[in-house]
Order: sequence, then structure tokens, then C-alpha cells
Amino acid sequence: MAEAIETGTFQVKSGLAQMLKGGVIMDVVTAEHARIAEDAGACAVMALERVPADIRADGGVARMSDPGLIEEIIKTVSIPVMAKCRIGHTIEAQVLEAVGVDYVDESEVLTPADEQYHVWKHDFKVPFVCGCRDLGEALRRIGEGAAMIRTKGEAGTGDVVEAVRHLRTVMEQIRRVEAMPDDELTSFAKEIGASVELVREVKRLGRMPVVNFAAGGVATPADAALMMHLGADGVFVGSGIFKSGDPSARGKAVVKAVTHYQDPATIAEVSKNLGEPMVGISARSISAEELLATRGW
Amino acid sequence: MSGAPTVGVLALQGDFEEHIVALEDIGVTAAPVRTAEQLARVGALILPGGESTSVAKLMDAFDLREPLRGFARSGKPVWGTCAGMILLAERIIEGRPEPLGLMDMLVRRNGFGRQVDSFETGIDVDGLDGGPFHAVFIRAPAVVETGPAVEVLASLDDGTVVAARQGNLLATAFHPELTTDRRLHALFVAMLAAEVAR
Repeated sequence: MAEAIETGTFQVKSGLAQMLKGGVIMDVVTAEHARIAEDAGACAVMALERVPADIRADGGVARMSDPGLIEEIIKTVSIPVMAKCRIGHTIEAQVLEAVGVDYVDESEVLTPADEQYHVWKHDFKVPFVCGCRDLGEALRRIGEGAAMIRTKGEAGTGDVVEAVRHLRTVMEQIRRVEAMPDDELTSFAKEIGASVELVREVKRLGRMPVVNFAAGGVATPADAALMMHLGADGVFVGSGIFKSGDPSARGKAVVKAVTHYQDPATIAEVSKNLGEPMVGISARSISAEELLATRGW
Repeated sequence: MSGAPTVGVLALQGDFEEHIVALEDIGVTAAPVRTAEQLARVGALILPGGESTSVAKLMDAFDLREPLRGFARSGKPVWGTCAGMILLAERIIEGRPEPLGLMDMLVRRNGFGRQVDSFETGIDVDGLDGGPFHAVFIRAPAVVETGPAVEVLASLDDGTVVAARQGNLLATAFHPELTTDRRLHALFVAMLAAEVAR
């Protein structure tokens, strides 16, 4: 055995996302949350300063978490730890890489640091996940080096309607590309603002070139199963767990519902007696300037 | 392969679809396994990559631990990749999650470090012709000790064991399902053919 050992390749970055498939990634703000999430069966945790429902309620600027807190979370759990940086905040991303997180989420849930450019993610060894509302946005992020995508939904609402809209949009566009003759791909790539090479890759694979989770408004086991049914590879649950009456029970139920999303009897069983879900805000009642999903370019 | 038994892939969490695609590539019928009833219908089983903590919890939540142990002890082939290798082990440093305890080895989770230390490289695997196997290691476990019944199939330059076999049980710390080289899937299918002939 004399072959070189290579780290930080796209294969190992996108490969970690493949290991998370069929799983639930839970937002946590403390090490205690992280322990509860791991015990509930989360396949990874996402560290952030405040859950999206609180960011929405409190207002102000939402930033990367305290690195000390992220280190504490890393020490507490054995599952992968992700953390959010602000869109375009290259230094926050470098800090998260230095702390040793397993994935960086360049996230619209935090207040953007740059209203024109995203982080150039190819320069990092740590992989990135980014949000999208449609296939063009997803392929722009992949072009910048994202190794995993999540549809955005509308974080902190407990209203699944935007998550459904964004995932439906992506899946419908992928089906169109699959059926599209080669001579129409260039114009389509131009229309959605993505590179022709990545659009061709989508046609060849018949799916997104990287793993795609659903996020933004999932509050119940049935919501999570719905996202799987619509074609998500897995689910992010933000405020839905730790803003509910019984986070441990709800977390376990969501994990089981994702595994058995094709089995309504199991979803019914796990959905019983979970206590209060998070208090929801209808996404329709939110004014355009307060929407998080429209952040990112 | 008509008439040949189906290879199951444990589909609680992880990259089970990638294994199903790899098996279908070499003409093998493959099926996801989420219940004891589905397990009873397959002739061999792959424990895929994923998060071993999540998989172990789901295994217990759906009462699959004893059926899986019984399946392996009946002599049917079982192959664990990465998280699957952790679950096959008898002993894990730190002691969690509780493994199935089938292969006589001690395994360290995240044996090479965190995600930034994940790597790929070529390794020689005993029993595979055609040169080194390009192996992808993602937050991979490392085998720290092996008992006398365990045959080491591959090691890194520093001696760390990354592939091993104990009778009908096969374990790899890396992910052959993520690349296009199907030699290890073919080797596992040959183990099934040998078991059926016996």
C-alpha cells in the first residue's frame, strides 16, 4: 500500500452527507439539548445561538454560536456536530472549521453578512450545507462547493407549507431536466442561473448531485414523513423539537417516523401522546421583509 | 441470478440506497430491511454506513436486535460497512452504542478523528484480484484488537486494521458503496453463494 492519503476531497465531504441519509438533524443551543437529541436518535446536531423561533421573536442580529459552547457540544455527543455561520461570513466559517465541526451550515436563518456573495466553499476541508428554494439556487451553492443541500422552508414557524413548496419545486425541476433533450439544457441552465455542467449532471443522475434534506417548519412526525414522501433524503428539525412540550418524546417520534415514512400505522403509533407541539406561526402571516427564505442569492 | 436469494440492506438510517444500487449493478436482487418479517425473507444482510448511535437506537425501538443476532448466528452472511462494522463488533471503546457483539474485535469509533480527517486512499485487500481498492473513510472506525477467529483482510501502512472477516461475517471500516468498484460486493455475494451451497 503506497497510495497517498487524501483528506478534504469532495468525495469525503459529500460522503458524510450520504451517511446522514434517512436521518433527522436537530437544532440545539446547549450541550444538554445535544445530549437529548443524540439520545432521541438524531443522526447529527446543529449548533446555533438561538433556535429560529426565538430569532424570529427576539429580532436583532443572529450570529454564529460561541465557539466555547460548540466545543462543549462536540465533547458531549459522539454524533456529527454541525454549526451555522452567516451567509458570506468567511471568517465565521474558518472559525467553525478550526473548532472542529463536522459540517458548516451557511444559513439564511442567521443575519446575512454579505448581501451579494456567499462563501467560496471549495477552499475548506470542512464540508458545507446550504439552503435553497429551487434547483438553480441549489446548483449555485454546489458550484461554490456545497457538499449537501437543504430546501429552506420557513424556519421558526412550525408551518410546513414553505418546506413543501421548496421541495416540490426542486423535485419538479429535476424531473423536467431528466426529460429534457440535451439541446435545451443550456437555455434552461441560463434560466435558472446554474452552470450547464451541473444541469447536465442532474440529467445524468436523475437527482440532485449531492444529498438533499428538507428544512424549515417541520413540527410533527407526520410533517417529517411528508418531506420523505416528497423525496427528501432526510430532515432538519429546528424549533420543532425544543420549542415543544416534550422534546425527548417528540424527537424520538420524529426519528421513527422518518425511518418508517411509508408505514402510516407506525407514524400513527409514534404520534400518540406527544404533548404540545411548538406554537406555530402561519407562514402566510409573515411580511415579506421578515421572511428568512428570501436571504441568499 | 434468478432464483438466487435476495440480499437485504438494513434500512433504518444511513446510505442503504447506495448499497442497493451497488448490488443491482452486479445483477443481484436487493431489498431494504426495516422489520423482522423483511429480515426473514433475505439470504444475506448488509449493515450500511450511517450513524451507529441512530441505527442502534432504531434497532432497539423496533425490536430488531435479537432477530439480527439470530440471523448472523444461523450462518447467513452479514457485512457491516463503517457504522455497520461498529455494530458487528463485540467490544467498543467508550462502550456506546451497544453493539450486536458478533465479531471478536475491539473497535474505536471515529478512529481517525473528526470529519476534517476523513480521507480516501488505495489499500490492498486479501482475496481481491486486480490491484488496490480505492477506499473512502468517513469519520471511520478503526479496529484496535482482533481475536484469533478474526482474519485480517486489509490494514493501512501504520498497521490499523480496516477490513476483517470472521466466518460468515465481513467488516470494512470504509465505504465500497460510495465508489464504483464492485469487487467487495461481489465477494460478499460469493459468500452468500457458498452459504447456500452448504
